[in-house]
Amino acid sequence: MSIEGDLLHVVTADNISDQRKRFGKMIVWGSAALLFFVVALQAADQNGWISIGFETWRPTLYAYVLWAICLCAGQVIARGEHGKRTLFILPATLFVVSMVVFPLLFGLVIAFSDWNLASPDGRKFNGWDNVRQMWTDPFYWNAMRNMVWYTLAIIVEYAVAFGLALLLNAQIKGRKFFRVAFLLPLMLSPVAVSWMIGKSMLENRFGPIARILREIGVDKPSFFSSPEIARLMIMLMDAWTYIPFMMIMILAGLQAIPKELNEAAEVDGASGWTRFWEVTFPLMLPVSITAILIRIIFKLKLADIIINVTSGGPGGATDSVTSFIFREYRDRSNVGYGTMLAIFYLVVIVIAMTILIKAADRWMRPRY
Amino acid sequence: MTEQIFHDSDADRAFRAKRFSGRVAIYGILILWAIIALFPIYWTITTSFKMAPDVMKGNIVPYWDYTPKWLGWRSLGLSPDTIGNESTVRAEFLKRFWNSAIIAVSASVLAVALGSCAAYGLSRFNYKFGFMRNSDISFFFLSQLILPPVVLALPFLVLYKALGMLDTRIGLILLYALTVLPIVIWIMRDQFGSIPSELEEAALVDGLSIWGTFLTIILPIALPGMVAAFILSLVLTWNEYFFAALLTSSHAKTLPVMVASQTGSQGISWWSMAALSFAAILPLIIIGIALERFIIKGMAAGAVK
Repeated sequence: MSIEGDLLHVVTADNISDQRKRFGKMIVWGSAALLFFVVALQAADQNGWISIGFETWRPTLYAYVLWAICLCAGQVIARGEHGKRTLFILPATLFVVSMVVFPLLFGLVIAFSDWNLASPDGRKFNGWDNVRQMWTDPFYWNAMRNMVWYTLAIIVEYAVAFGLALLLNAQIKGRKFFRVAFLLPLMLSPVAVSWMIGKSMLENRFGPIARILREIGVDKPSFFSSPEIARLMIMLMDAWTYIPFMMIMILAGLQAIPKELNEAAEVDGASGWTRFWEVTFPLMLPVSITAILIRIIFKLKLADIIINVTSGGPGGATDSVTSFIFREYRDRSNVGYGTMLAIFYLVVIVIAMTILIKAADRWMRPRY
Repeated sequence: MTEQIFHDSDADRAFRAKRFSGRVAIYGILILWAIIALFPIYWTITTSFKMAPDVMKGNIVPYWDYTPKWLGWRSLGLSPDTIGNESTVRAEFLKRFWNSAIIAVSASVLAVALGSCAAYGLSRFNYKFGFMRNSDISFFFLSQLILPPVVLALPFLVLYKALGMLDTRIGLILLYALTVLPIVIWIMRDQFGSIPSELEEAALVDGLSIWGTFLTIILPIALPGMVAAFILSLVLTWNEYFFAALLTSSHAKTLPVMVASQTGSQGISWWSMAALSFAAILPLIIIGIALERFIIKGMAAGAVK
């Protein structure tokens, strides 16, 4: 994609009259003024300076939506052709900004306050108390450590996914059937998976897996009572759902490799093993890194299975950060502390991912 | 019978044996993994037709070691003999199903509409908003993918409470659209990038406006990509549990929340849980089998540059 110059050059004789420009600006600023007026009115009502009796902040929301529409319309009215171009990305940008940036800023405010939604006291600013509490919260750091383990499990998932992709890429009959069969776990909702596998197949007495283990000779198999095995089971269930995802990305990469390369290597006498390590694997590096990075991003959101199968137990051994915060809110409805934990998690993730992406970039394109 | 004159040399025969064993190994692993991938689904289907003793005995193959009964489906009100009658459970189930369907489809439509426009703009024009240039804007959109839902969950809980949008469908639709938007933009940017801009130039010369070109010329060409993005969004939003569990209570509750809320109370009545789980995943299994092509296309986009 080119950086300089538009790919599409549009030359139009835009004769925008001053009146039209003024009108465009007017509706933008007019609606903005209306928005501020409504906000001020509602804030005053909230603080009890005047009493109009707003039930919710809905009017502000409507005023905001009106302003957003006017901003989009104003672009086209005031700037003609250029405005129409801006209109392509403006709605999405406004949407993301209002849905992410604003709540994040709001979250920062909440994070530094003691706010229990169940208690009638409302929000109290409490400075760094939440940070201090977080620093000494063993369960939170335990959840963080678990996330490292869960993330490391991706290496194994990657190996399995690569193997399956290689098999699917080989000369086999019924490829379509296998592809669909391998893809299906990805389509299932984690909640259903946690019942289907976690609660029923891994049930200690009647589950089929426990039965097989007893046949083999394991005495009283149990899957969620010891911390290590419970964590392993969560990893396995998550891997079961997401291996198809990596597999398909790698398969797409494999299919993009020209056949001639492998044929040439074969003619030169390379064995299958050497061909894989010297030709296929290096060519697959970029795809692999993309797949792993995306997988890490998804893994960091891991929660549904844990919430539904173990709810963190035994003793927090399977907790992910998300499931821990979820329970923190569910049990104590402490919004302030939960938000602080979440925002700290976000900071850690952003730093770690930036380092990872930079490192991957450096590794793939070494500068000598 | 006369002696065969021409033989394959020993080396050739060894090669064939090796090749044959290689084939067996490949198909063996493929079938093994297919079993791993499909068995939980099979287990859920069969369990929904079991009765208590069948579950205890661990019977697996229907008609052979147990006779299927409509027990699980009867408890959902979906078995042949109860389908005509009134059933509160079925009404509840259908309501959740309908909620899930509306929320997933609307969120996906919203995300695809916003995302396609943004991706098209980013692939064709140069923008400058302050210090933000095209690559920065792209990065801004794609970086939303990193944002873990838990960061937004509690602020949204408070915001929605203030806006009176807790437990409404529209609230969930907006949030879900936000979560899948980066994926849509990722796929669509790839899609538009592969369409030559000469097409639009020709259309523009013929007098179409820029939006006319986009809507009548480019979108039809990019339709497969849009379908892929839509299906992928649909899968993700249908399965979403975390936000739904936090932000809905009765009116807008979705199917995953219903399934999750049953696991605790009915953990032991396996047949009804199995029926419920299976009913919840059935639409996606159908989509997965019928539209597998698009899903793979969507996920492969961006993997290969």
